[in-house]
Amino acid sequence: MTTRTIAGKTVQTNEEGFMTDPAEWTQEIAVELAKEEGIAALTPAHWVVIEFCRKDAASSGKAPALRRITTAAGVPTKDLFGLFPKGPAKKVARIAGLGKPEGCV
Amino acid sequence: MAEQNRKVAFICSKGNLDMAYPALIMGWAALGNGIDVTIFFTFWGLDMINKARVDHLEIPPLANASMKMNMMGIPGYIGIPQIMGVIPGMTPFASWLMKKKMKGLEVPPVREYLQMLVDGGAKLFACKMSVDMFGLKKEDFIDGVLDIVTAGDFMDMTEGSQIIFI
Repeated sequence: MTTRTIAGKTVQTNEEGFMTDPAEWTQEIAVELAKEEGIAALTPAHWVVIEFCRKDAASSGKAPALRRITTAAGVPTKDLFGLFPKGPAKKVARIAGLGKPEGCV
Repeated sequence: MAEQNRKVAFICSKGNLDMAYPALIMGWAALGNGIDVTIFFTFWGLDMINKARVDHLEIPPLANASMKMNMMGIPGYIGIPQIMGVIPGMTPFASWLMKKKMKGLEVPPVREYLQMLVDGGAKLFACKMSVDMFGLKKEDFIDGVLDIVTAGDFMDMTEGSQIIFI
């Protein structure tokens, strides 16, 4: 476990760069993490996904897997891969300040 | 991050319900992790992309040593007597049971799963020799199948890929 400063805030992260305490997350941190993942600007469509994941994780205790996002948040698979290209499963979870998704689907 | 994207290719050669899932699950996980996915369907694996067959894949209990009665709620590891496997209706029953268990885990049916993979960017191809042998045409396949290609084409398009045979 290490700490790092993102968007002026010191947060805890694990060895893979995922934040370990969702409570430390802020929207400014999401913007910075998105840049690290190659997403220059977060659009309202990105926020729909990020906010769904935050809410879902708050109630279930774990980051949602991709199919949970597409079915429960109503974001089509194509759109999700378009918004978070090259690996949405990890990218979404990381930007949303959650751990790696635990489900396989 | 690596300069060149990691690539995985699956060869699906089986048409039984249980053997349809490995490539779907691993392929989906690969796409979710930003890995390029190509799937080549050959021989019985063509059933997975055959419009007339994809919703009717089955798992026969006959000669399946791992399928035990505990799937039906009977405790322990009592096998299903092989003689029962030949009774009409046993294969549909086992298939129904497996589909029910998959649904319980929120695993989508094969047709829907393939569509998810296609939407996620996976490239699907049918094996030319098998297609010719079974007398099939491109129209017989689900929409996501890009082309019917030879084994040589597959080798060309999977240069640098990790190849998994199922």
